[in-house]
Amino acid sequence: MANDLVTRRSSEAVDVSNEAAQQYVTVFVANQMFGFPVLDVHDVLGPQRITRIPLSPPEVAGSLNLRGRIVTAVDMRRRLSLPPAEEGTGKGMSVVVECQGELYSLMVDQVGEVLNLSHEAFEHNPSTLDPMWREVSSGIYRLDKQLLVLIDVDRLLDFSRSQAA
Amino acid sequence: MDDLLSEFLTETVENLGTLDVEIVRLEQNPNDPSLLGNIFRLVHTIKGTCGFLGLPRLEAVAHASENVLGRFRDGELEVTPQAVTLILASLDRIKMIVSVLEQTEAEPEGQDGDLIAALDAMAAGETTATIATTAAPEPEPALEAAEAADAGMDDSISSEIGTRPGEVSLDELEAIFQSTPGPEDAPAAPVPAATPAPAPVAKPAGNDLVAKNGGGMTSAETADSAVANQNIRVSVELLENLMTMVSELVLTRNQLLQIMRRYKDSEFTVPLQRLSQVTSELQDGVMKTRMQPIGNAWAKLPRIVRDLAHELGKKIDLKMLGADTELDRQVLELIKDPLTHMVRNSADHGIEGIADRLAAGKTDTGTITLNAYHEGGHIIIEISDDGRGLNIEKIKQKVVQNGLASEAELEGMPLQQIQQYIFKAGFSTAAQVTSVSGRGVGMDVVRTNIEKIGGTIELNSREGKGSSFTIKIPLTLAIVSALVVACRGERFAIPQISVVELVRASNNSEHQIEKLNNVPVLRLRDRLLPLVSLAKMLNLDDQPAEAGSDSFIVVTQVGTYTFGIIVDKVFDTEEIVVKPVAPILRSISLFSGNTILGDGSVIMILDPNGIAAATGEIGVAQDENRADAIATEIMASRTRTSLLIFRAGDENPKAVPLALVARLEEIDCNKMEWSDGRPVVQYRGRLMPLVPIVPGYEVKRSGHQPVLVFADQDRSMGLMVDEIVDIVEDRIEINMKTERPGLMGSAIIGGKATEVVDAGYYLQQAFADWFDAESQQEVTANQIGKRVLLVDDSPFFRNLLTPLLTVAGYDVTTADNASTALAYCEEGRDFDVIVSDIEMPGMNGFDFARAVRGGRWQEVPMVALSSHTSAKDLDRGRDAGFNDYVAKDDRDALLQTLSQSISVA
Repeated sequence: MANDLVTRRSSEAVDVSNEAAQQYVTVFVANQMFGFPVLDVHDVLGPQRITRIPLSPPEVAGSLNLRGRIVTAVDMRRRLSLPPAEEGTGKGMSVVVECQGELYSLMVDQVGEVLNLSHEAFEHNPSTLDPMWREVSSGIYRLDKQLLVLIDVDRLLDFSRSQAA
Repeated sequence: MDDLLSEFLTETVENLGTLDVEIVRLEQNPNDPSLLGNIFRLVHTIKGTCGFLGLPRLEAVAHASENVLGRFRDGELEVTPQAVTLILASLDRIKMIVSVLEQTEAEPEGQDGDLIAALDAMAAGETTATIATTAAPEPEPALEAAEAADAGMDDSISSEIGTRPGEVSLDELEAIFQSTPGPEDAPAAPVPAATPAPAPVAKPAGNDLVAKNGGGMTSAETADSAVANQNIRVSVELLENLMTMVSELVLTRNQLLQIMRRYKDSEFTVPLQRLSQVTSELQDGVMKTRMQPIGNAWAKLPRIVRDLAHELGKKIDLKMLGADTELDRQVLELIKDPLTHMVRNSADHGIEGIADRLAAGKTDTGTITLNAYHEGGHIIIEISDDGRGLNIEKIKQKVVQNGLASEAELEGMPLQQIQQYIFKAGFSTAAQVTSVSGRGVGMDVVRTNIEKIGGTIELNSREGKGSSFTIKIPLTLAIVSALVVACRGERFAIPQISVVELVRASNNSEHQIEKLNNVPVLRLRDRLLPLVSLAKMLNLDDQPAEAGSDSFIVVTQVGTYTFGIIVDKVFDTEEIVVKPVAPILRSISLFSGNTILGDGSVIMILDPNGIAAATGEIGVAQDENRADAIATEIMASRTRTSLLIFRAGDENPKAVPLALVARLEEIDCNKMEWSDGRPVVQYRGRLMPLVPIVPGYEVKRSGHQPVLVFADQDRSMGLMVDEIVDIVEDRIEINMKTERPGLMGSAIIGGKATEVVDAGYYLQQAFADWFDAESQQEVTANQIGKRVLLVDDSPFFRNLLTPLLTVAGYDVTTADNASTALAYCEEGRDFDVIVSDIEMPGMNGFDFARAVRGGRWQEVPMVALSSHTSAKDLDRGRDAGFNDYVAKDDRDALLQTLSQSISVA
């Protein structure tokens, strides 16, 4: 899976030069589409063996070994205050992102395609958006059939905010 | 540039960078004591170093800022933006001076009077009297004689110092300095050059040195280039990276090996073995690059001590033993400052002035001894002096003054515990603040630093005789050996270093977990071990424990506090590489890190310190009192015994040690039979006599009769009682003796006056009266009339065993301590066998055995009687001269062993 992404990244590298468009890795959590800037994403992983960490904040699902590095797994449903996944739904995929030198594996239901999105489709967060989502989202992209919530990785992984909220 | 100066500059620039950040943080956070402490230390370090390098302008500015910071720290001055601005201004001044120093190797001309006056005014803004209550951290004197990478000549000097165990007097040192041409000369020269006006702490000795070695420059340069060919400078960072990579390699290797175990005869086997071997060698090699002799950390000490001695008018001899003991660079760095601080303390506060020494009947020269050696994966460093020792009265005063404890509390404290107060923050008994010490950021920092690297520090001081500190630290931090345990299906690693032993606990084994008001405890040998359930601690309790009621107890020691961690399973020990946990998890104090095991899974490393703290043993690190209290409690519990409380005959509660009672039975009175006017009952195919507690005891004729069954060999005896009340754990301390047969006396048990029953008496009654003939047959002829010497400090055991042994046919003599026993030896008395307790006040059993073996009784068989019966204890006992080792409560084994020992002899 990881390889998949790398080839796609390189084949579409040309488009990055286009300033109007940005590339995003799309993921689905509870049927909502979210996007991460493609350059923030290190890996896309299938289901992993995760070591639970007792006493950890609820968002932390555990930690896993990614090629010799210890990566903290974050349950996106918990992080976004979404209901836990029903049994058997979703393949349990993860995207690995880096934040302040640490790797985090964000557990999502499914990883979609990499999309080129133009600035024209970009909107700021609607004022009525749930404050928790507003906190971690840097904006919304209008797609044909759905909306994509753009995730700000640094803020997503700044747990002190969520605890304060 | 001068090595000393360049090291000082690097360090100062680094510190200044940190300071800028910290002071700004302070402004936002004016009440953060740790922040304040940190800033204070940094400035103090700069100041201290200046003093040693002779940079008076820098020192003056730093000293003035330090005074203001000291007032902040003690809460006597408010952190206002104006104050912060002033501090920042003085930092800027320091920076300015430092940058000129960097370019010209000399302090710039100029006056700082205005700045210093402003700082002093601020410091004096309120009362001025209390500065005296604080003391100093480690001024970094930057006299690094042996920068390792600089190798060559520097090393030769330091090793020369190091390899003269205990013989480096000041004169000799000077001789070495003089006779050694080398880069050392070069560094020394520019120092005075950089000092336009010598500091008040100027060192005439240093100047002498320079004068004598003025012409050493050229020879030093040639020597240097020759050395340079064989050594290269490698940045520490590079080595650290290498080490990290090798650690990763080791982990991957382990992983591969684990996989390969599943595939036999694969073509990968041979290359993998080779890889494995190379990896191990590489690991060793890289580890070695990190190992440095501890002498490197000591190298600047002789100079410091010498300068201090001059300054204070004392004569001090510094002995350094084991300077070539190697330890990890990282560890070395971390202990360098604490070590320097402690040596300074010894020189400054410990060693008395010449007049005082002579008055105290000591030689005029005080001695500070540093000793380092390896001991089982640890390095031990001892720092001792023969000075005045800790002044207990002063400490007490200070404790009361700082509100740490009341006078009444202090009265009840053992000396050792009072001494521990010197490890508290802000605690200095130095009467006045000098430019080098007395500000109270001393021993607490030392201890914190040592504990940070998993070490411990112990203090031993005798007033008038001197003090000694013992530091125990791990050799390396990078790779540790850890015990892998499981709890509710999750695996965790516990650093092997804090694991004392493993105990398997189950309902049908010797060890079982008991509950005291739902708090689990374990009786381990002769002490009661507090237990913590890992599942409960980690909130894993909602999941069912795995099948089977067996659990394991990891007996863990943190400082003086020993406790057990209950886990479900214990796996292997594994070498692990400690990796820090993700920032989000750092707040969980129970984990010290995480790692990847050979099978590729991630595992959390438990922090015994954190667990101890979480058990309510709050701050084992910070709060020695509680740990001590627990330790004392544990000591007290050593003499505790489980007692069965019952009533019989009258209303008074009676007690008998539970260990002696084989079973509790209710006998149907219809089955009770009478023989010769005494009740008997058929019990397990034999006749069991039922003994009344007092003659004329009214035996029940109907219903059920509760009976305590005492079993001895294959015979049993029942003691008839009215009611079984309780089982309690308490100390038996006979307060009142009694003449009444069958009673040992009265004791307070569970808050009530209780009669302690002499089980031996009833055994004797039953056996002597009823089984006389039979027991005579059973007693093998060889033990009749044999003389036994029973040495035990506990009157209870003496009283218990004496009748038992007498019944078995021995002639018993008792002694309540080892000295009495040895006195019998001198009196010319002879015994056929000696039975001795191990834990006794004064001379313990091991020493007693050695004493016996060295004297007239060397052929007499000896049997040790102890509640410790592990293989290790056994070996220890054998080494000391015991022929055999018997558990205290196992009477059958004792009788058997005695009879064997005698027949062998």
